[in-house]
Amino acid sequence: MTPRLQKLHDALVQAGFRPTERLGELTIEVPAAEYLASAKKLKDFGFEQLTDLCGVDYAAYGDRPREGMRFATVVHLLSLSQNGRVRLRAFCADDQFPVLPSIVELWPSANWYEREAFDLYGIMFEGHPDLRRILTDYGFVGHPFRKDFPLIGNVEVRYDEKLGRVIYEPVTSVEPRVLVPRTIRHDSRYDQAQAEAASNDPAQK
Amino acid sequence: MQEIKNYTINFGPQHPAAHGVLRLVLEMDGEVIQRADPHIGLLHRATEKLAESKPYNQSIGYMDRLDYVSMMCNEHAYVRAIEKLLGVEAPIRAQYIRTMFDEITRILNHLMWIGSNALDLGAMAVFLYAFREREELMDCYEAVSGARMHATYYRPGGVYRDLPEKMPQYRESRWHKGRDLTRMNAWREGSLLDFLDAFTKDFPTKVDEYETLLTDNRIWKQRTVGIGVVPPEQALAWGMTGPMLRGSGVEWDLRKKQPYAAYDAMEFDIPVGVTGDCYDRYLVRVEEMRQSNRIVQQCVRWLRENPGEVMLRNYKVSPPSREEMKDDMEALIHHFKLFTEGYCVPEGETYCAVEAPKGEFGCYLISDGANKPFRVKLRAPSFVHLSSMDSIIRGHMLPDAVAMIGTYDVVFGEVDR
Repeated sequence: MTPRLQKLHDALVQAGFRPTERLGELTIEVPAAEYLASAKKLKDFGFEQLTDLCGVDYAAYGDRPREGMRFATVVHLLSLSQNGRVRLRAFCADDQFPVLPSIVELWPSANWYEREAFDLYGIMFEGHPDLRRILTDYGFVGHPFRKDFPLIGNVEVRYDEKLGRVIYEPVTSVEPRVLVPRTIRHDSRYDQAQAEAASNDPAQK
Repeated sequence: MQEIKNYTINFGPQHPAAHGVLRLVLEMDGEVIQRADPHIGLLHRATEKLAESKPYNQSIGYMDRLDYVSMMCNEHAYVRAIEKLLGVEAPIRAQYIRTMFDEITRILNHLMWIGSNALDLGAMAVFLYAFREREELMDCYEAVSGARMHATYYRPGGVYRDLPEKMPQYRESRWHKGRDLTRMNAWREGSLLDFLDAFTKDFPTKVDEYETLLTDNRIWKQRTVGIGVVPPEQALAWGMTGPMLRGSGVEWDLRKKQPYAAYDAMEFDIPVGVTGDCYDRYLVRVEEMRQSNRIVQQCVRWLRENPGEVMLRNYKVSPPSREEMKDDMEALIHHFKLFTEGYCVPEGETYCAVEAPKGEFGCYLISDGANKPFRVKLRAPSFVHLSSMDSIIRGHMLPDAVAMIGTYDVVFGEVDR
């Protein structure tokens, strides 16, 4: 850790967080119930800017069966005064109906990001002033970035001469295909590097 | 008594000042905007989802198509994120090449911006002047990558190839011949670096030309001074970065504060505005062009003196050369594996940001150890800037909406992704 990162890390620990460090980045993971309170605390801590907020669908992660919940929201915060970033992640408690409190009140820039996460992943943000779809078509059905949503989509549009308007139909023009299969290789170099890093980490001892 | 009601109008998506496909639903009280509701997503191509379906390297080309006026900066963020997860670093020469092309890109972007923004506000000529210089820089893109815009030049582990020894020249045609041709080829006798050297020597005078057209122009000032004022607190709250933030007087530039590539070896200044209106942002961007020019000059000097590798010799990440492939079995296998399967990136996540011309362009990459990304999230500056539209434009006149869209410097490739 660089001195600047170490300082930020220690200050965050002081403030009651449990940040983990990896690749020079700090991550704080909180349960959904503490998400809003943590965000508030981080804002007061000095993170003036919300750089990014996105949904993640952890279905089909890695080659092991999934242990935790499926949907998460990842927030990236930036402190200009302390020149540091932190990542805040909260998993939604319910896979069927993922809900998290909205943080628009704290950072107005979260507004569109939350709309985007809702649109693409179906995560509901409680307390959001205007939770509409943002990127997909008017009247779109489904949440396209979920891992179970097909890459080719469910519907295609064309202009129908008889009806004189654009119509939606099930996709027939393309077929789902995989050009390069997804493979996970356990590279001994990385495994070894990770093991070494873990044994050097004083927190692990 | 007569009842006066607000009415709603559509601005775009087929409006020349909407910079692409912005559909702005405006609630008007006379000519005063009461509420603005930008509808975006008309250019949504699900780049992030597409990236999840293919090996890492195949998505570099998609990055060019996000912010399609600052192509290489987008690549830079993506490539850096992969490099960070892989734990590799590009050779120093590649870092300088990246720095140089990031700055060329910044000039390209600001030229596009100054031209189109002036055009939106009624000044036709600037556009023509700006495109004259854009053409020269596009030729630099073409010289290194073969493509004028969508370069796909950066790779994890370096850049695709070294700078060319010879700058391509104009050939004689019915339109260009004789003295005209000699003039056009005057800078192109030597290498790309010679060309850039000549360009950067000349460019400040070109910037002066744009300034004579705009800086003291009465109409330009009437359209921009005091319009779209963003106080610094608001700029921070809305997540603004780049010239939008600096225009409001906040000195924040990732190139200085969190240096990457070769920026810590560069000498340049960060211009900041005072009032945070459209005019200040104009001044900031013009000054940034001059500073970028300085950085390009420094890179040219360094690159001339320091030849070397531009790609990592790590065949797990970068392909071996054709010659090596012909007589080395290992190299052949590496080549085959790289192009059929790609490389697996160790499990982890990272957020890498670069100071793109429009602001902070970030790439949040999650890898689960596969040869394809698990999740790519691209943090586009235009998206964030545009989200503040409603709160800033309220109470302005309709023509100010055009000035504001121009000063945001939005590009819908990256807003909609």
